[in-house]
Amino acid sequence: MNVTTADDTTSTGQAGPLTGTTDRGTWREFFVEHAIKAAGISMIAIVGLIFFFLLREGLPTLGEVPLGALLGTRWYPIEELYGLIPLVIGSLLVTAGSVLIAVPLGLTTAIYLSEIAPQWQRDILKPLIEVLAGIPSIVLGFLGWVALAPLIQSLGAPTGLTAFTGSLVLAYMALPTIISISEDALYAVPKEYRDGALAIGATQWQAIRMVVLRAASPGLVTAVMLGIGRAIGETMAVMMVTGNAANMPAFGPAILFEPVRTMTATIAAEMGEVSQGSVHYHTLFLIGILLFIITFAINSLAGRLIGGQEQRRKRGQI
Amino acid sequence: MTRQQAQKIAVSAITAAAGLVVLPIVLVIVYIIVMGAGAINWTFLTALPSEGMTEGGIMPAILGTVILTFGTAIVSIPLAIGAAVYLAEYAQDNWLTRAVRLAIVNLAGIPSIVYGLFGLGAFVLFLKLGTSIIAGSLTLGIMTLPVVISTSEEAILAVPQRFRMVSLSLGATKLQTIRHQVLPQALPGILTGMILGLSRAAGETATLLFTVAAFYLPRLPQSLFDQTMALPYHLYVIATQVPNMPLTIQYGTALILLLIVLSLTLVASVVRTRVRRRREW
Repeated sequence: MNVTTADDTTSTGQAGPLTGTTDRGTWREFFVEHAIKAAGISMIAIVGLIFFFLLREGLPTLGEVPLGALLGTRWYPIEELYGLIPLVIGSLLVTAGSVLIAVPLGLTTAIYLSEIAPQWQRDILKPLIEVLAGIPSIVLGFLGWVALAPLIQSLGAPTGLTAFTGSLVLAYMALPTIISISEDALYAVPKEYRDGALAIGATQWQAIRMVVLRAASPGLVTAVMLGIGRAIGETMAVMMVTGNAANMPAFGPAILFEPVRTMTATIAAEMGEVSQGSVHYHTLFLIGILLFIITFAINSLAGRLIGGQEQRRKRGQI
Repeated sequence: MTRQQAQKIAVSAITAAAGLVVLPIVLVIVYIIVMGAGAINWTFLTALPSEGMTEGGIMPAILGTVILTFGTAIVSIPLAIGAAVYLAEYAQDNWLTRAVRLAIVNLAGIPSIVYGLFGLGAFVLFLKLGTSIIAGSLTLGIMTLPVVISTSEEAILAVPQRFRMVSLSLGATKLQTIRHQVLPQALPGILTGMILGLSRAAGETATLLFTVAAFYLPRLPQSLFDQTMALPYHLYVIATQVPNMPLTIQYGTALILLLIVLSLTLVASVVRTRVRRRREW
């Protein structure tokens, strides 16, 4: 089915064959056009520079701390113990918890917005979700610290500053990303698909479940991945509410209700106190390299999925 | 269970989930307003902090955030608009363009604390700018690039092709067409992107930690190479690092930060809806 409408062709701005006359192009025009091109290509250089400076400050660790020690289970820089495992587990726990909360909530909210809500509700809800995206992470962290953590403690936990508290705050920070991207994906599913399903007797829920969600699935997966990327890199809110204990959590049913410390929070909390060029300093940069690589992998993969979906849409397959 | 029952249950569950997302947002904002409004008065907004920050105002932090937001704009806007024009008007479908797009997607995903590390390594130490307004603005500016680029590119692409055709057929060069036809039409969309990007920069904390933020600096910055206080970091400091900090001052600071950032978001969203309504094409 070809979903390209007349409207699409008039609104795409890809200049393609229209190149304009260049005979009146002065040296100034030549200069500006090259500056524009340089601005575009500089984005590659910027990513490269970021990685370069992380490597420059972080790689020396590998010569200073044996790999086995980096893979140790104790992070205790005062005694020169630089085991990264508890920090990685801290990040994974908090992120996993937030995904468990944010993905079901986010996807269903997107379904509500795209399939069920009447227009007037959409006009209220979408700006509200933009507002949530706009609330600075430090403000949510502050509320988690002064209001949410005491609340969780009053429910019987030994402390309110736990991985779960972090997950809850993080979930609401990842929600706008998940909702807006998955709503876009749902919105892009042609109306004919729904009409077709309803016409052969499906209920609205059956149409959503069996047709719309499937057609939108690459976009939904992307939404979830970018949400995870957002959660794993979050710093301030997590630092304030997870209790900052760089210990191995005791594995068990209550694992989410123990204090942890994430990779991001470790950098934020300790970089201010280390001397430049020390082993501790280099190791904090090494954590930065790990975060860079993790988010780079997630975003490249998500970018591919989005790209693939756009290709298929252009070919008229969804 | 019949499928009609399933339909009813599913719709109610979906509606309830949407409620679970929306209610806390409203609650958070109302709560901060209620708790923080009491702290806000003229002294709080215009005085220097005193008595170890437990009294006085937060003026240096507000001013620092304003300065950093301007600095961010100066660093990111020219570069971002250049890149957006390149992607929308010049880039061909080849490996280079795909690499540029991949770079932008990844810039958008890099955690803010990693930007902070980069700023520390590159600007504070390597370029020897020290922890300074200029190092902080450069770091925040780079962090803001992807938001501004993607919204601007979208705005440029939304300008109908016939605007370009008419301009070119009248003998304008491609650059003249972009400057006099495409960019003016795309301006509101570009503005929206700029404001959104800046609102994010204004609320950012982790990036500031090692590049610019001063823990306590009861005076105004003297030059671009000076440190400054900033609202988000100040909120962090008074909430977690200062004992016996009056709670109203904490909530008041959170409220001011929220108001600054959300009013920027609101302006962006008003610009966008106005333009959509007025648009004739």
